[in-house]
Amino acid sequence: MALPIKYNIRNVFVRKGTTAATAISIGITVAVFLMVMALARGIDLTLQSSGEPLNLIVIRQGATAELVSDIDQEKFDALKFLDGVATENGEPLAAPEAITLVYRPRKGQSQGANVTIRGIGPKSNDLRSGFKITDGRTFQPGLAEAIVSRRIADRFQALDLGDRFKIQSSEFTIVGVFEAGGKAFESEIWVDINALKSATNRPSYSSVLLRVKDAATLETLAARIADDQRLQLKATPEIKWYEDQGSATSQTIRGLGYFIAVIMAVGAGFAGMNTMYAAVSHRTQEIGTLRVLGFSRTSILLSFVLESMAIAILGVAIGILLALPLNFVSTGTNNFVTFSEIAFNFRVTWDLVGAALIFGAGIGLFGSLLPSIRASRFAIVDALRET
Amino acid sequence: MAELVGKIRGVTKLYTRDGFDVLALDNVDLDIPEGDFVALMGPSGSGKSTLLNLLAGIDRPTNGDVAVMGTTLGNLSESQLASWRNRHVGYIFQSFNLIPVLTAYENVELPLLLTDLKKADRKRSVETALDLVGLADRMDHRPKQLSGGQEQRVAIARAIVADPDIILADEPTGNLDARSGEEIMSILTTLNEKLTKTIVMVTHDPHAAAFAKRQLHLEKGVLVENVGKS
Repeated sequence: MALPIKYNIRNVFVRKGTTAATAISIGITVAVFLMVMALARGIDLTLQSSGEPLNLIVIRQGATAELVSDIDQEKFDALKFLDGVATENGEPLAAPEAITLVYRPRKGQSQGANVTIRGIGPKSNDLRSGFKITDGRTFQPGLAEAIVSRRIADRFQALDLGDRFKIQSSEFTIVGVFEAGGKAFESEIWVDINALKSATNRPSYSSVLLRVKDAATLETLAARIADDQRLQLKATPEIKWYEDQGSATSQTIRGLGYFIAVIMAVGAGFAGMNTMYAAVSHRTQEIGTLRVLGFSRTSILLSFVLESMAIAILGVAIGILLALPLNFVSTGTNNFVTFSEIAFNFRVTWDLVGAALIFGAGIGLFGSLLPSIRASRFAIVDALRET
Repeated sequence: MAELVGKIRGVTKLYTRDGFDVLALDNVDLDIPEGDFVALMGPSGSGKSTLLNLLAGIDRPTNGDVAVMGTTLGNLSESQLASWRNRHVGYIFQSFNLIPVLTAYENVELPLLLTDLKKADRKRSVETALDLVGLADRMDHRPKQLSGGQEQRVAIARAIVADPDIILADEPTGNLDARSGEEIMSILTTLNEKLTKTIVMVTHDPHAAAFAKRQLHLEKGVLVENVGKS
């Protein structure tokens, strides 16, 4: 049997100062890890929830984003009458859309970011769920009016109801504020597609959103569009489209997070190591006594590893407490695919809490190994001589 | 003739300290029969504690054999020795060496955690041991809340709780006042006389040594005198 856990727990609290310092350093590291991961998770969850299961998004072959795509009227007409496209009241559920970016300063900052302006057609709203106007009204077709998402209105200067902004030389008036159930569209400003085409002198569309009849048609219609040499277009299920966008951005953030977390973990690990070396040094005679009583080298080693783990778990708890208030806090970053602002909430999910626990325990293990091995290798006679 | 609990044959122990060889024990032979109470005496550095450590299996001889209850300790690995110590040896330290974060009860229970005893049996053994040293009412006290004499009594309870074959005591009264020392020696005598426990005790104190059945004197690692109780 190993040494009782209360032996370790009580020893942890005997050295209150060093335990607190080590736990806090592990806690800060875990908090940073958790915050960055919560950032990436927020992006993932926002974008994963943005697609509709029966929607296909069509862009030009070779284009990697709507911004660099181009679909003319003739191709749109061909697309909407393809077999497999769902209809409503005899009308195909197909919506051409156009994208442009405007640079706007963020609230309270001189620097800004690109905000996506989406020109939408009459069918666009039928193809998306969760959309609702919360203030004002929607724009009138053909007029230079815009509706802005609540998150964008909150994060950028002069994009509130009644404000005006320019797209090239045309001035648009914000007539409404909308929400979209936390989806990616909550990072956009929507205008009438014809008004946008007119303002940007652009005759074509950026993308076409199609609703298919059923799930089985999703892949077959996507393949049919890809195979049509006249169209030179590619269709992607909307859910996958946003997942790919999300992973490109969140993986970059995650990579940065891992890098920072590993560097901080090494520092916290050494702090833990220092604490455990001090503990071993302080309790050398005690270790000798335990060995005389019959406790093996292995149980001494495990005991000190456990003690370090107990400090690490305390650190993880501190880290989680520090990071938890960020949950559901709204923020934004640059979407590395669309080159525009994506607004989302930090999301501290249970699996991230689990990952933080493993991460913190890893720091504890790293910090404990060498001191614990040292403790287990003392010659009993030498250990007993220590005072 | 009583069975031998300890048998030491031709034991030499050589240390290297600060680059110098130190001969702690020089070809020592010793028999310790069951129920014996031996006081090992001699000046500092004479090899008393080394002899005690060899009997406890916490040090190994350079030459010769140490056997306790028929087991030659040199044949055991480190982990086998640890387990053997737990089953056969009770050790009492000069500085008591109680674990400061554990209560008297928990300190005494420690050796039993390495046995197969169930919690209820452990409780019974711990309470019996503490009762035997007169500390049944101090079970929940931490070492800091006890006097030196009480701490040493807890240490004795810890040494006897697993019912060892031999009790080894290294200067058990060395850190105590005369009255507490007297109490400790009285307990050790009871253990030897009433419970026939075999005891080997290192001491500088002739008064403490007088409680033993025989006194062995060591000088420069050699047994020079073996005096029985008159």
